[in-house]
Amino acid sequence: MTITQFILLGAAMFSVGLYGVLTRRNAVLVLASVEVMLAAVNINLVAFDVYLADANATGQVFALFVIALAAAEAGVGIAIILMIFRNRHSADVDELDLMRY
Amino acid sequence: MTIGDWLSELANWAFLVLAIPTFAASVMVVSSRNVVRAVLYLVIALAGSAALFLMLGAEFVGWTVVIVYLGAVIILFLIGIMITRAPLTKSVDLSEPISARIPAALLSIVLFGVVAWAVVQSFGTEIIPLPDEATRTAELGVSIFSLWVIPFEVVSFVLLAALIGGIVLARQDPHPQQDRR
Repeated sequence: MTITQFILLGAAMFSVGLYGVLTRRNAVLVLASVEVMLAAVNINLVAFDVYLADANATGQVFALFVIALAAAEAGVGIAIILMIFRNRHSADVDELDLMRY
Repeated sequence: MTIGDWLSELANWAFLVLAIPTFAASVMVVSSRNVVRAVLYLVIALAGSAALFLMLGAEFVGWTVVIVYLGAVIILFLIGIMITRAPLTKSVDLSEPISARIPAALLSIVLFGVVAWAVVQSFGTEIIPLPDEATRTAELGVSIFSLWVIPFEVVSFVLLAALIGGIVLARQDPHPQQDRR
């Protein structure tokens, strides 16, 4: 196995997630696309950790940090979306123009 | 190394069996017209990434993905979908119109092209040395609680802040304002 195949998979998933963030209108699905991007980042981190055979397993530690922060992000993100839905009766990101000048 | 050499290695077939469904499921996450199915495709994409971690010998990270993502985050997403009353059947307005999707697709393809070019230029066909034993969890634990103990505590503080923030945001406002939109 080569390191390239894992990084290419990670790059492809990251690009797909970026496309989802840019095109999805439902706020929950925007968050789901962000999770795809974070999963791609985790694949890169773990692949490079194994490639470098780091004695401290630094790549895996950072993958765990990414997982923990992604869980926190999802929790706060969904709470914000629920708050917006309660006030605006919509979870459509195109209608969230309250702070537009 | 030719493509034939690459395919003659059995581990690469295992990689393809895992990577193709993972990538296809992540494409479905961003393109499915059914909002619940999009989240369920996210389950397949994350399970595929967890299986790749197991294949790379990162056992603890793989099972953490299964527990945290597949166990908790997906449930959170499904609850979010059901509370925000997103249309549970096929819907055309989950994504931007086609005129806005084309520039986004172009940007994504350009990003992938640049990264792929850079990676192939710098790594080419360098072999990834798979570890002999299946688990490095002991090393990982020693590393977290010695070298990375302060970042670890910071992450726990962030999780506490997220917990309190989630409660404060989702709580029913005791004094509802009159001029609510």
